[in-house]
Order: sequence, then C-alpha cells, then structure tokens
Amino acid sequence: MRRFAGRALACLALLAGCAACAREVDSAGDDAPRSASERPADGDTFIRPLVGNISGLIPNITSDAHSHEVGSLIYDSLVTFNRDQRFIGQLAESWVQSGDCRRLDFKLRRDVRWHDGRPFTAEDVAFTYRTMIDPKTPTSYKDDFEAIERLETPDPYTVSVTYTKPLARSLMTWGMDMLPKHLLEGFVRAGKLREAPQNWNQPVGTGPYKFASMRPGEKIVLVANKDYFEGRPHLSRVVFRVIPSQSTVFLELKAKGLDSASILSGLTALQFTRQTGYHAFRKAYHKYRYPSNSYTYLGFNLKRPFFADRRVRQAIAHAIDKRELIDGVVLGLAREATGPYKPGSWAYNPNVKAYPYDPPRARALLAEAGWKDTNDEGILVRDGTPFAFELYTNQGNDERKKIAEIIQADLREVGIAVEIRVIEWASFIKEYVKKRRFDAVILGWNITPDPDQFTIWHSSRMGPDDLNTVSYANPEVDRLLEAGRQTCVQAERKQYYDRIQEILAEDQPYVFLYFRDALPVISSRVRGVAPGAAGISYNFREWWVPRPQQRYTAE
Amino acid sequence: MLLYALRRLLLALPLLIGITFVSFAVIHLAPGDPTAIAQTDPEGRWTPELIKMMREQWDLDKPLHVQYWRWIKRLVQLDFGRSFSQDGRPVIQKIGERLPVTLLLNLIEMIIILLLAIPIGVLSATRQYSLFDKVTSVFVFTGFATPDFWLAQLFVLLFSVELGWLPISGLRHVNAEYFTWWRQQWDFLSHLVLPISVVVFGGLAGFSRYMRQSMLEVVRQDYVQSARAKGLSERVVIGKHALRNALMPVVTILGLSLPGLVGGSVIIEWIFAIPGMGQLMVQSAFERDYPVIMGNLVIVATLTLLANLAADIAYGVVDPRIRFGGRRARR
Repeated sequence: MRRFAGRALACLALLAGCAACAREVDSAGDDAPRSASERPADGDTFIRPLVGNISGLIPNITSDAHSHEVGSLIYDSLVTFNRDQRFIGQLAESWVQSGDCRRLDFKLRRDVRWHDGRPFTAEDVAFTYRTMIDPKTPTSYKDDFEAIERLETPDPYTVSVTYTKPLARSLMTWGMDMLPKHLLEGFVRAGKLREAPQNWNQPVGTGPYKFASMRPGEKIVLVANKDYFEGRPHLSRVVFRVIPSQSTVFLELKAKGLDSASILSGLTALQFTRQTGYHAFRKAYHKYRYPSNSYTYLGFNLKRPFFADRRVRQAIAHAIDKRELIDGVVLGLAREATGPYKPGSWAYNPNVKAYPYDPPRARALLAEAGWKDTNDEGILVRDGTPFAFELYTNQGNDERKKIAEIIQADLREVGIAVEIRVIEWASFIKEYVKKRRFDAVILGWNITPDPDQFTIWHSSRMGPDDLNTVSYANPEVDRLLEAGRQTCVQAERKQYYDRIQEILAEDQPYVFLYFRDALPVISSRVRGVAPGAAGISYNFREWWVPRPQQRYTAE
Repeated sequence: MLLYALRRLLLALPLLIGITFVSFAVIHLAPGDPTAIAQTDPEGRWTPELIKMMREQWDLDKPLHVQYWRWIKRLVQLDFGRSFSQDGRPVIQKIGERLPVTLLLNLIEMIIILLLAIPIGVLSATRQYSLFDKVTSVFVFTGFATPDFWLAQLFVLLFSVELGWLPISGLRHVNAEYFTWWRQQWDFLSHLVLPISVVVFGGLAGFSRYMRQSMLEVVRQDYVQSARAKGLSERVVIGKHALRNALMPVVTILGLSLPGLVGGSVIIEWIFAIPGMGQLMVQSAFERDYPVIMGNLVIVATLTLLANLAADIAYGVVDPRIRFGGRRARR
C-alpha cells in the first residue's frame, strides 16, 4: 500500500520525476560505467518495475506517476530538459521568446512522424492546446494553457503562442506531451478522451518507444521506435512489470529479475545502506544517490490559536533536532531543508534564517508568547489552556510516522504535548486537510524545476480545493509571487524568490524538514547512465548494453 | 420441488436488493470522496468546474436514493457502469480481466486443501492420540498460526532467491510470449507453486479439524458398530459407512465457502504481484471507486445467495422433512 504514500507527493512525473541537482554516484568501484570509449550496441530488454497499475496512456489526462513513467517513453513534447535541467528542443527545433515574455515562437522539426506513420505538424500542437483547454477534458493541467491568449500556426512547422500577460513558466507548459489530432479529435469533441483506445492499448505518440502489448495489472511491453527522429533507442524492448509490493521488488532485484528498482524512487534508505552491500549485489547493480526533488514538512494550521503567533512556530523549529530526525528516519540519506527549494537549484537561497536545535531558545520564545510552565505536569499553559495539539499524517508512509514520533518526543522536551493521528489517505485529504480540521500535518511536496509556487503560498489559494492548506497569508509574499510569475528574466525572478525564502524562513508556516535522496539502482550491464540535475532517466534512450552482456534476445 | 425452488428464489431477490442498498449507503457514508483523490498535486489543479462536472457525471450531486435508483436501474440491464478511477473503464471489464486468475488460484487451492485435509482428518480420527495425530495437529496448527505474508517472504527467499528453483512474482516470465506452448504452461504453473503452497499450508487446519471431529462422532454411532459386527473390514467400515456420513458437515462448510472463491487474498496477491480480485478491491476502496466496489459486491452477494439456495435445495432433496415442512418443524 506504499504507492498511496507516494501519492502524497503526487507529481507530474514528466517534469518532476527527473529533477535533481547534485551528482553523486555511488557505484561499485571496479565495474563502474565506462561509456565514452565504447560504441553503443543495440538490443536487449530492460525490465523496470511499476509499483502501481497505470490508469491510462494519455499522460495529459492522468495524474499518477506510474502512467507518466510509461507515457514519457511513448510521447514527446516541444521542449524537454537536458542533463543540467536546461530546456532543449525535442519536437521543436528552436524557439524564440519575446522580451516581454508574452510571445513564444516555435519552429518544429520536419522529420517527425507519429507511430502510425503520419507526419507530426503544427496542427497537432494546436489540437493539443485545444484539448487541454476544452472544458470536457478531464485534466488537472489546464491552468497554464488557459493563460494563452491565442495560438497560431502560420505554416505546418511554425507555432506562435501569445499569452494574455507575461508568464514566466510559459516554456515549461510546452513540456506537455503532444497528442495526435488525426486519431483523437472525435473523442475530444465528444468529451470521451478517456474512453479512446489510444488511452488504453493503442497509444500513438512520436516518442522513442512504441506500445507493443499489455496485460492489465501484469506488464506493459514497449519496443524501440526504429524510425525515431533522433536515432533509434539502443535498448530494443522495455518491459514494465507491475509489482505493488516494494519488498517484492527488492527480492526480484536480489534474484536479478529486474534491471532497476523504480527509476523514480529506488531503494529504501535501509536497503541502500545495510542490505545491498554484499558482493553479488554490487556486481549486478550500480547504486546511485542524488537529492530528489521532494521535501517533507511539518505544516501548521495558522487559523488555530496555538500557531497564530510566529514565535511559537519559530520555537517549534528550534525544538526539532533535524539532524537526529534525518539520521533516525532515513539513515542520513537526505538534506536538511531551509525552505521550499532544493539546495543547489538556481532559485535556492542559502542565506536565510536558520533554526539550529536549541531547546532553551525554544522555551524562551514560548515564554515570550505567553506559554508558561505553571502546572506540575511539565506541559506549558496559557490562559488556562495547556499546549497540546494533534499532529496528522497519512497511513502507509512509515517515514512520516517516524517523523511524527520524533517530533512528539522533541516537543515534549520543551513542554508541548503532541498526539499523533494517522489517517487513511482519502479520508485524510477529504475530511481533514480540505476541511482544515487539523492542528498540524506532516506531508510532502514534489517541486518542479520552475520555482513558481503561487498555488501553495498565495493567500488567494486558501479555498477548500486549493493547496494553501495551512492558510498562509502574507501580503509581501503575495506580491512577490505575482511578480515572480510575470517575468521570464531569471536574474530578476531570483531576487523575488530569494526574498520569499527569507520571509518564509522568518514566518515558519511550515517547518521545512528535509529533501530525501533518490536511491535508484540500475543493472551494471547497462552503459550510458549519467545522472545529473535532471535525474537519471532523462537520457534513457541512450542507455545500451554491450553485445556479450545482453541477457535477452529481443528482436 | 420446483415450486419450493421458485419460492426460495423469489425470497432471495428482496434480500439481494436489501444487501445492495445497505452497502451502497454505507460506502457513500464513508469519509472521502472519489473526486478528492488526485487533488493534491502542486503542478496540476482540478478546476472547481471540472470537479463539478465529474460529480454531475457520476451523479454524486444527487440525493442518495436517486443515486441508488439510477444505479439499480442500470444494474437490471446488467450495466455495472464505468469505474471512477482515472482509467474510466467499464467495471465489468475490470472485474472480468481479474476474476479468472483469482478463480483458478482459489479452485486449485481448495482442491488441494480438500485432498490433503480429508485424509489427514480421517486418519487422525481413526488413530486418535497416535503419533500421526499429534504430528499432523502440530503441523496444521502451525500453518494456521503462521502469518502468510511472513511465510510467503521466507518461501521466496529460500526457493527463489537462494535456490533459484521457482519464480518470485507475477504469473508469467517476462519473455513468455517467445516460449513454446508447453513451456508457457510449465512457466505459468511454476509461478503458481509458491502462492498456492502458502495458502494451502494456512488453510489445512480448518478442514482437517472439521473432518477429524466429524469422523470421531460418527465412528461412535451404533450403525458403525453394527457394520463392524457384521464382520465388514475396517476399510469398508470407515471408507464407506462412516466417511459418507462424516462428510456431511464438511460439505456444508464447503458450500458456504464457495462465494469466497471470487474474492482474492489481498496479501498473497500483493506479495506475489498477482493481478487478481484482491488487488482490485483494495485499490478501489482506497480510490473510493464506488462502481467497482458495488459491482464486486453484487457478484459476491449473488453467489452467496445462490450457494445458500443450492444448499437448501440439496437439503430438500436429501431430507423430505424440509421439503414439506415449510410451516412445521425446521431442520
């Protein structure tokens, strides 16, 4: 049931799944990848686990990571990320962004064909845009497309997009997968895109892999698209095996039944540090370690009287021993978070107020806020109310449960009583988070390469279906968030986001806990793996296996 | 006789409607909402209009009795509706692709359990307190008491990871489509060995103890004594006269466990990555996928009622007192 824990960090895998910054390879010494000198060979099958069933193969209308993991090999988008997480053209040959950030002009590649042989043109781009803004399309990725004023296709290989107002993340919008007009138009018009066969077992994209077959709940097989416009991918087949249990994934790895643990998540900290050190495993797999782009936080309901005072939140930040927490929960395989941006990314501001572990300071701050230890039980009291609150998190995520326990112990030290409530995911979101029926929560976010976090921090986003669940409202932050999404000059945006981080650090609406490391493993026979800021799977197309080591005959 | 069966069948209908209504109400009362699941994505945002559209499309905006009425109206046309989960596929298709695996596994398990449990029960009854009785008692109770997820992982570690004799998970080798037909069958069966072994080991206790108990009662009956007195061999006495009568209670329990055949074991399917009913049901429950939950429930409820009906009719056939005694004494 761990996949539901993963949902807590529900993400757009296409963008978020492969975002990371530093490169830290922990591979088994003697047998490390040497890709430069050898000539890549074609062939072999690569077997990947999928920890949940897919819900469809049109990524534009699914929002689960499993579907996106498969879909990302079948479809392409106009732009994508390279290893350093910079935009490069994929279906677009080049693009020009106007100085006021309101216009984007794409030149499309002329040599791209859909898997059924039809050429890919600007018509398909326009169709994808119309699909995304169609009120009948069940997608959660409408927002950025609705900011578009008009989209024109002066010729079959040119697309020009005009936004109603400057939109900083406009280029990122075009990381959305392109859909074939000639197959899907009727379904979109009828509002039945979900029921299209292309969403189930006949997907047609332009990507490096073509759909071959599927057994629901069992496996999905893709084969190399030999006519791919950037050259065929080297691995001839990719088999996704649906294995819901993480411990079964690990057993399959031990028996070499899989070529990677999930590329998105990988091993657990315990498996990484203690259970994979033996010779046979080190010989069969390379282990990688780099910071993932998801962080875990303790969020306060700012509408509750306990947490209305900033000094109380700062006191709690001082009372939590983050180092101990990281060592205890993920065996040290995480980086302390100081704000909602990953250390090392361009928007990250290292110079914000820090909260070292300091219980006396915490007690002093609490005393300033009026919380005194007046009874014998060691619990602080203000106006006759003892400081006792409920800390909620979702079921099925061991990490969060452990965090809750450590926080409970840390806060008891400074005189705050915490009661832990672990609730099943759907009820947790619907009955507690959306209705704001919580004192504090432990949850996580997957962050995107673009630093715009308007939806999480802006005071206009406090409605029941919105994401500002802690009801954070700061006029200066509001203003900065608005300014930050209206320019595409990075240096200017950096100033805004630096300031936002300073304010968030001062205000502590969340205690930002840590960015967990991604710990993927990949079969050591595979060459060409080069994790970078964009993660590890961004160049899957270039992975290959030397002939003598190929394990499966695939063609 | 026919009249009796018809009467029972008619009585089963309101019962089925009652069952579905109560379940329908209970599921909708449970906290959480099908539209709430995918709404915590910082990247995406379900617009309020879209959520409203989804709720309208799924009738969630209507009062409960209206929802139920619409659902049952579709159901009588055998339309189970479409899943609320993101794939939006027909419920019947989702259940249909998972039911065969679960049925097959459960049937094989049931047969093996019976084939082992009945002889164990008979032998330990006829040799009460013997070494055999004691050893098998310890064995079946160990199986009963061992958590299956734990045993399953130990089996996998030993037979698959260490010895490499059997596959770990799934139903087929990843390259099974390139195998010859015979090898495909062999491959499929080898994938079933571990899950079936775990379930059989855990399930032996029930039937073997019922069998032993029932046999112990029967062998003390007078007619068994007279069979012995007639000079019949012990084989015939036990195997023919005693066993037949001792099997009656076991058959009753067997009948009651028939509806269980369509429900998969969640834990076994989870660990061995078997795409069966158990996985589907757990996922639907988490996603508040009402149509799938209800679809499964209708199937299970119908089967339960049919199994009860069949049992009743069977009693009626063997026991005339039940057939004619509707108003007088019950069995």
